[in-house]
Amino acid sequence: MPLMVAIPLAGGFLIPILARVTGVRRGAAALPIVMAGAMLAIAVVLLVASDGPIVLWIGGWTFPIGISLVADGLSKFLLVIIATVSLVALLFSMDYMQRYTSPALYYGLFMLMLAGMNGVVLSGDLFNIFVFIEIAGISSYALVAFGTEADELEASLKYLVLGTIASAFLLVGIAVVYNVTGQLNWDKIAEVVQQAGGPTMPLYVATAFFMMGFGLKAAMVPFHAWLPDAHPSAPAPISAMLSGVLIKACGVYALARVVFSVFGASTVLGWVLVALGVGSMVIGVLLAVGQWDFKRLLAYHSISQMGYVVLALGTAAVMQASGADEAVVGLAIFGGLFHLANHAVFKSLLFLCSGSVEYATGTRQLKALGGLGQRMPVTAACLRVAALSISGVPPLNGFWSKLIIVLALVLGGFYVLAAITVAVSFVTLLSFAKVQRYVLGGDPSDAVQAAREVPLGMSLASLALAVLCFAGSLVILPVIKGRLVDPAVSVLQAGPRPADAPRAAAVVASDGPVEEVAAGPADAAKESP
Amino acid sequence: MTLSMLPYLLAFLLLVVGLYAIVAKRNVIKIIVGLAILDYAVNLMLVLVGYRSSGTGAPVAPILTGGLAAEPDLVAQAVDPLPQALVLTSIVIGLSVTALVVALAIRLYEKYGTFDTERMRNLKG
Repeated sequence: MPLMVAIPLAGGFLIPILARVTGVRRGAAALPIVMAGAMLAIAVVLLVASDGPIVLWIGGWTFPIGISLVADGLSKFLLVIIATVSLVALLFSMDYMQRYTSPALYYGLFMLMLAGMNGVVLSGDLFNIFVFIEIAGISSYALVAFGTEADELEASLKYLVLGTIASAFLLVGIAVVYNVTGQLNWDKIAEVVQQAGGPTMPLYVATAFFMMGFGLKAAMVPFHAWLPDAHPSAPAPISAMLSGVLIKACGVYALARVVFSVFGASTVLGWVLVALGVGSMVIGVLLAVGQWDFKRLLAYHSISQMGYVVLALGTAAVMQASGADEAVVGLAIFGGLFHLANHAVFKSLLFLCSGSVEYATGTRQLKALGGLGQRMPVTAACLRVAALSISGVPPLNGFWSKLIIVLALVLGGFYVLAAITVAVSFVTLLSFAKVQRYVLGGDPSDAVQAAREVPLGMSLASLALAVLCFAGSLVILPVIKGRLVDPAVSVLQAGPRPADAPRAAAVVASDGPVEEVAAGPADAAKESP
Repeated sequence: MTLSMLPYLLAFLLLVVGLYAIVAKRNVIKIIVGLAILDYAVNLMLVLVGYRSSGTGAPVAPILTGGLAAEPDLVAQAVDPLPQALVLTSIVIGLSVTALVVALAIRLYEKYGTFDTERMRNLKG
């Protein structure tokens, strides 16, 4: 398990050095691809290996001194998503990055970002989450500015300033939590909070800081200003990584952890999440409709789609706090997490397609494009699949997750929210109809005359994700769902562990990853929708 | 409101000053200074969290010199060392962020010939 952090961290520094020493340019992508493949393998092994959380105390030091890495259902679920998207993005980068100078530095930063994200997902305590968020953040600031043109630099500056404010807020929140509870470990904080009979006033202040901090990282609507600049300015594979996994790992995952596993789901926090989610969903999609820059439009849709996830988690928290039916709560969480995974797949695919289009034509203005349907058949097919998927057209994966979210909202009695969700989905469809009309349909414009299909590596990467768009629908089959998503759902649904839960108290003294069979995760929400 | 709250309030004030500089200033360099102020305000807050009065006179440093037997009540009296460790990490992170943002500012100056953010407006909407 520590390899998940160690491999990309080592890669981040080795790749530029090796490239400098050996003078290789073309083959610089080989090592990161092998590494990402290895990480995917490890993530899958972790997923299959056990149901319970795996806890590793670094260096064999246990609780008050040691630092723990925890891979429970939710962490493993996100690890698989991160590894998949990064593998595909690296495959795509191989040809795409030939246009940029110093690809070795690019791959180095890419691996650093990956190390940061894996670390965020695996950390067992608050402060390490902060450190890993910063690692991922700093490398992504640099990657956004990678083109070093005026736009990229400006976007990167905006991203960096807002990202740093977010981190400062997080650190204030951590300081308050440490002052109140005297702990930094997730489980220990939860234990102290539970013993005190729920969060007190100072902890709500801390939560407000966390909400602002993680909300900025996740680009929820009042805090979204950086995303539509930063994501389009990055090279296309990095846009795919930023939209596909970074805002999830650093924002939504951490937010969900804080709300569900540490402070315990409460009505207030739930409604705050619902407000953030609905705001992002509606405002994101309305701003997206008016965009004429291909990647900028996609970036606004990222905000909107993440709104779905946060909305689903928020309603789950509200329902859990008010003692609603366990199955409905589980359904809402499942819908949110499933949509998170689906969004990682189709939004990465959309960004890769936009990268292919830009690679072939040199522009990403929708009005300058057209007629690519015949010129670039593979890219066009992938783009169609992704666009249908994000708009929720059956039988693609986006349809199922949206259906489950709407279903959970209706079952939970949130009829207005369900109606808004459906309406936003419809506007999304409109917006992507526009994309298809202007990019694929019509006569080839001047900019498109010379366009050819992109090189093999890029089409292969897009095709792999397009297949995943279809395969994603299979997740609702109980056999796959039970393995992949249910453990993650039950982690959130179980809430803060009781004080005698073995996870925090466990003594794992050797330096290899030792499993402990924790009290079985609550077996709720097993029935398929 | 007791006097012991005063350092926290001052640290919070510093945080607000930093935020104000970031939000209200147009010059990139001033924004960077604002970021630095924000960073230090948060660090200060963390150190304050760990502060513990020894009851008599100066605070005690959390350094064990003569073994636990010689200083049995050190743990109860000394300043909490953990936030200080956190602050060290946070300072390093702040340094790398500052280095990166200064590099960005230099490149931006080369492109636009100005540090004024009002005149860097290629991106909006």
